[in-house]
Amino acid sequence: MLQIKTKITYNKKIKGSYFRIALKAPGIAVKALPGQFINIKVSDSCEPLLRRPFGVHRVKKDDIEALYEVVGPATQILSQRKPGEYLDVIGPLGNGFTPVIKNKPLNILIAGGMGVAPLVFLAEKLKKSKNVVLIGAKTKEQIMCEKEFKDLGCEVKVATDDGSTGFKGYVSGFLEEVLSGAHYPKSVVYACGPRPMLKEISRISKKYNISAQVSLEEHMACGVGACLGCVTNTRSGFKRVCKEGPVFNGDEIIW
Amino acid sequence: MQIKLSVNIGRLKLKNPVMVASGTFGYAREFTDFFNPKELGAIVTKTITLKPRQGNPAPRTCETPAGLLNSIGLENPGLEVFIREKLPLLKKMGAPIIISIASEDDPEEFIKLAGRLDKIKEIAAIELNISCPNIQGRAHLISQDPEATYLAVNKVRRVTQKVIITKLSPNVTDIAEIAQAAEKAGTDAVALINTITGMSIDVKTRKPRIASVTGGLSGPAVRPVAVRMVRDVYKKIKIPIIGMGGIIDASSALEFIIAGAAAVSVGTANFINPKASVDIIKGIKDYLLKNKIKDINSLIGTLKA
Repeated sequence: MLQIKTKITYNKKIKGSYFRIALKAPGIAVKALPGQFINIKVSDSCEPLLRRPFGVHRVKKDDIEALYEVVGPATQILSQRKPGEYLDVIGPLGNGFTPVIKNKPLNILIAGGMGVAPLVFLAEKLKKSKNVVLIGAKTKEQIMCEKEFKDLGCEVKVATDDGSTGFKGYVSGFLEEVLSGAHYPKSVVYACGPRPMLKEISRISKKYNISAQVSLEEHMACGVGACLGCVTNTRSGFKRVCKEGPVFNGDEIIW
Repeated sequence: MQIKLSVNIGRLKLKNPVMVASGTFGYAREFTDFFNPKELGAIVTKTITLKPRQGNPAPRTCETPAGLLNSIGLENPGLEVFIREKLPLLKKMGAPIIISIASEDDPEEFIKLAGRLDKIKEIAAIELNISCPNIQGRAHLISQDPEATYLAVNKVRRVTQKVIITKLSPNVTDIAEIAQAAEKAGTDAVALINTITGMSIDVKTRKPRIASVTGGLSGPAVRPVAVRMVRDVYKKIKIPIIGMGGIIDASSALEFIIAGAAAVSVGTANFINPKASVDIIKGIKDYLLKNKIKDINSLIGTLKA
């Protein structure tokens, strides 16, 4: 874990309320693994008081990138920060995904909403394998990173709640359809998104005898394992999402 | 100019007045990547109970204006696992180790906890957490009643020679009265404030924002309340006060010292800036130099009012 004053390389709107920020943090960039996160202090004041966690979205040389949606005061402030300014960042934090490369499995990456962010980094690390990416969002406008995944050689399928593009319905229902339509004996599922989605993904994966690595989100105060605020209930008791997680085996979680 | 930063908490000498508050520093392990904990005046551990506690359901924290509301519920591995698995690393930190302890159902548990810890020479002091607001099913805290406070402190006093620090709750009408009861019972120092009970509601769902409904508020939002309470207690007791509540920088730490605290604890700030405590030590030293104050002790309780 490092605490660094990082310089903002860029902080750009992608579309709607979605932004991508790049921060010069060589020490973090060299160590970061897919599924790990960084904890950013978006302002020097007490508003907001706490840092905000963001999954590592990509690593480009010395830069780490985060993808975020403006959803409240903290992300609003972050979106106003300018290139050249400095942000206090701690990272890389937590336990990330475990890329399974042995026996050349088919990797199924499943993103719900902003869950795409860390999966792009994972797709980079899995570039030599065969990867299918399922992206789910409310509407067509909220489908993110389709191009990034395609550029990495992934097969991309999308699902929207309103059916404005791709499969109509939840991405979990879409996974069920994909798995029932073909035989994937050597698949590994990696998922990031809202908790109800991850619960469904875990249930469906288990049904098809596929292992699922799921990245959980929970309110965090410290992000370093000290406050015990972000626990989730597992088969071996409460575990800290920031420290033992955020990636857990779906089977381990008591949903 | 040579600056004296050391202060005494009973027989315990601290090389500087800055400690880290219970529950905000884990068992120190989580912070060693950021700085060397031996720079601290003291380390106060996450509270230990006799038996392991799983703690409260999630969500356990939420942010409020300049504050943090939490209801962790004293999650800890229990006394024996703590001694076996956490204490060895703590002993190596090089700063005085203060063990925070709490009873769950029966104040007699304090006797067992303190009696066991009394035999471990590397432990510098025991902090009695009689003020945690997040134990479910408990209608009143020990520290909400002067008599109960007296009895609990007195029981511990009988079984240990260690320095005793009694941590007080702000959720009372008159905190000075409770501090006096603790002093009379033989505590070496009082620490205040623990968190202020509070709650926060998500108006979209009409649900509480933490699972336990109510929790304890900390952070800069509570600081004026804490400073006032330190002042109230300082006027009524002779023993040292450890002041805390929303300290995030040297200036906020100095408020407590001027109000009467002999030492301060950094809490919520550790979550935001893991190095906050060492930044504060440096800032206090700079303040003393700038104001030509040779000894921190001559600043304690010097409020001009």
